[in-house]
Amino acid sequence: MTHQEKDYHDIPGTYVFDGSHFRKGYHLNMFCMSLNKQENRDKFRHDEEAYLAQYPLTDEQRKAILERNWLEMLRLGGNIYYTFKLAIFDGMTMQAAGAAMSNTDMTEEDFKQMMISGGRSIDGNRSKKETK
Amino acid sequence: MAKVIAGVGTSHIPAIGAAVDHNKTQEAYWKPVFEGMEPAKKWIEETKPDVCIVVFNDHASAFSLEATSTFAIGVAPEFQPADEGYGPRKVPVVKGSPELAWHITESLIMDEFDMTIVNEMPVDHGLTVPLSIMYGQPEEWPCEVIPLCVNVIQYPQPTGNRCFNLGKAIRKAVESYPKDTKVAIFGTGGLSHQLQGERAGLINAEYDEQWLDDLVAAPEKIKHTSHTEYLRETGSEGIEAIMWLIMRGALDEDVKQVYRFTHCPVSNTHYGLLVLENQDE
Repeated sequence: MTHQEKDYHDIPGTYVFDGSHFRKGYHLNMFCMSLNKQENRDKFRHDEEAYLAQYPLTDEQRKAILERNWLEMLRLGGNIYYTFKLAIFDGMTMQAAGAAMSNTDMTEEDFKQMMISGGRSIDGNRSKKETK
Repeated sequence: MAKVIAGVGTSHIPAIGAAVDHNKTQEAYWKPVFEGMEPAKKWIEETKPDVCIVVFNDHASAFSLEATSTFAIGVAPEFQPADEGYGPRKVPVVKGSPELAWHITESLIMDEFDMTIVNEMPVDHGLTVPLSIMYGQPEEWPCEVIPLCVNVIQYPQPTGNRCFNLGKAIRKAVESYPKDTKVAIFGTGGLSHQLQGERAGLINAEYDEQWLDDLVAAPEKIKHTSHTEYLRETGSEGIEAIMWLIMRGALDEDVKQVYRFTHCPVSNTHYGLLVLENQDE
């Protein structure tokens, strides 16, 4: 199937959770969703790989989860509200996750400072045409 | 007769709930935020709506990718706080308003808004944080609540225009309910924020302020704003602001702005709070 070009694909650093992302990421996201339950959190904590075996994930998805590669999870169909459940499981803050997804050497502290100074600027971040 | 008397717009950032629950509201980071909320708290304490219709979104708590409803209305007598991974927030159980909720549901569906009717729905920060912002930490929430859940996670979200028209239909529904009931409607979520990707942390305060100006005085100007414009200008999660258009649609064409407050940042978000009243109140 050909990948249909959408106008929002031009937004840099943004993974719009549309039907194509949904299809890629369904099982990854449903694994994350399962962590809403304490008994599942306990099982996952006990043996991550065994727990993940219940879900028909791709090898890439499994690897991204085990390595906590937050950006890669998004690329593989993850939705932030789902993947953040795994971050909560790890005791991570949204700022730490934000720094990790920035794909730079940004630390959690750097990210917090960026927010306090007014956040990531829209200027230069509207369009891929603008960034390149 | 029931009446929609006012609208409240507020972001529903989970960290605000955590600050309330863990007594951090007087810390330097939080103090200006909670001070900024005071006039809205005072206003609602004086206004005392009987029922608050809270337009919010679920964050993979009650619903999941198994099924996505564009618009869902909660008709149950009560809604429990959801476990979002930290254990449920220790806030009062949310009391529903089943009779009015069913009246609204029937009216909306006859009006061609095909609502999903929900009886079992644990409610997450999307609903409980706005209540904490407006009411603080009471033993019991002092109003009944009708949760109205909107899909803002799965693209495509409903259009702003559809949201605005749903607001109008909600008003019509409320105002055909025979019992004397004061109803306030909350639009929650937004303003600009992006939680995901390399662009995480995006804020566009200038766009938000203009959007708020228009929401109050000229909602017709923003009701056709495209999904891509929201995603681009206000961040991937900024599109939640369409829920404020439901609130705005339920009010008069000309409204009185009772209070407006914005603060940047709250967590990763440009926080917004707005109180609007119908002119004849």
